[in-house]
Amino acid sequence: MKEIDITKNDLVPKHTLLNDGEKLELFNQYEITLRQLPRILVNDPVVQNIGGKVGDVVKVVRKSPTAGEALYYRVIVRG
Amino acid sequence: MSEQSQKEFELPVKITEEIEQISKELRLSKEKKEKLVEEVRKSYTRGMFEPGEGIGIIAAQSISEPSTQMTMRTYHFAGTAGIRVTYGLPRLIEIFDAKKEPETPMMTIYLKREFNNASEAANLAENLVEKKVLNIVKRISLNLNENSIEVEVLDKRKIESVSKVVKEMIKNSNVKTKEDKVMVAVKTENVKELQKVKEKILSLQVGGVKGVKNAIVRKEGDDWIINTIGTNLSDALKIKEVDERKTYTNDIHETASVFGVEAARNVIIREAMKTMQEQALDIDPRYVMLVADMMTFAGDINSIGRYGVAGAKTSILSRAAFEETIKHLVRASIRNEVDNLQGIFENVMIGQVVPAGTGMFELIVKPDES
Repeated sequence: MKEIDITKNDLVPKHTLLNDGEKLELFNQYEITLRQLPRILVNDPVVQNIGGKVGDVVKVVRKSPTAGEALYYRVIVRG
Repeated sequence: MSEQSQKEFELPVKITEEIEQISKELRLSKEKKEKLVEEVRKSYTRGMFEPGEGIGIIAAQSISEPSTQMTMRTYHFAGTAGIRVTYGLPRLIEIFDAKKEPETPMMTIYLKREFNNASEAANLAENLVEKKVLNIVKRISLNLNENSIEVEVLDKRKIESVSKVVKEMIKNSNVKTKEDKVMVAVKTENVKELQKVKEKILSLQVGGVKGVKNAIVRKEGDDWIINTIGTNLSDALKIKEVDERKTYTNDIHETASVFGVEAARNVIIREAMKTMQEQALDIDPRYVMLVADMMTFAGDINSIGRYGVAGAKTSILSRAAFEETIKHLVRASIRNEVDNLQGIFENVMIGQVVPAGTGMFELIVKPDES
């Protein structure tokens, strides 16, 4: 059986988990709280791939046609 | 944004790269390059939206105005090679309504480098198409004496796979093979029952990928691509010739379940832009990106409309003003909901300054800082 690595697909941008320090830095930079972030489900295939837990923040490095590279953050929520 | 990040925000990667490239081409000195960066930064800042600007409305207008020029009907091209797909306005509506199943689901399959040639592509295309017993049977007959069904197969090589699926899927049966026939004995006296089993045998899948109705090979640059009607991404990716790095489907929900919500967002943008470019409409991708961001905000796919983004608004008055007024008012009164009047709609309704543009800001006086 072939092993499928979905994170290699062109459609899937790079997801990384933030540690507590980076989280705090993010909240301070934009003056926001965890609840205000866009969400991603805990059973999302990519989240399961990187082993995220509910309450973690995922940093997404998107390829953007206008900016080249764009940062986006999502908080993991229960699906 | 806080003060600090506003002062020293970074220019987007693409612009930085372009500056590097141009300064290399024109052999700019260090001072000139710095000046260029400063100028670009200035005009970039000018191009930014001001805080409080209603970008949602601008995006909505920028997409809808050109969309009125789109073809309303889907035409049928008789005789042209390729696959007929939904396009134009119907497809755009399909995307933004986040329909569970698109009218013409389609996969675009790329092959791995070592299989990237015409014969492999043709071979795979053939194998992708779902085959049922019905498609490979020469004759099927009922033997009422022995209460059995005889399936005569066109290709003798397929006989193994037929008897295998029948054994698996038909309960209480005794399967035997004889030359090019599969004999299925069923424990029943009832002819009607036997007929039912026969129908069931005919609809069993013996090969291909479930859901794929047709596959067409075409060449794009150096790549051989297979377009399929009907999608089944998770099964197609398991095939060893398929390149999982590029293969995709136009089904947004399927993408979300296989590749995740961020990939689904990319499909929304790609499909919406493609649909509009086919109609020669030039829309800034930023607007479509904004819409896609709203659709994927909650982690799953929400449609733009009464059951999706618009129905999830917090304000009761705003929801009631959009569609299904009575339903929302009744429900809100039963649940004892409170409208905090923080949105645009509700403030227009009661005649207050709307929290957009300059109305978004209030003065805070700090008396001790003189």
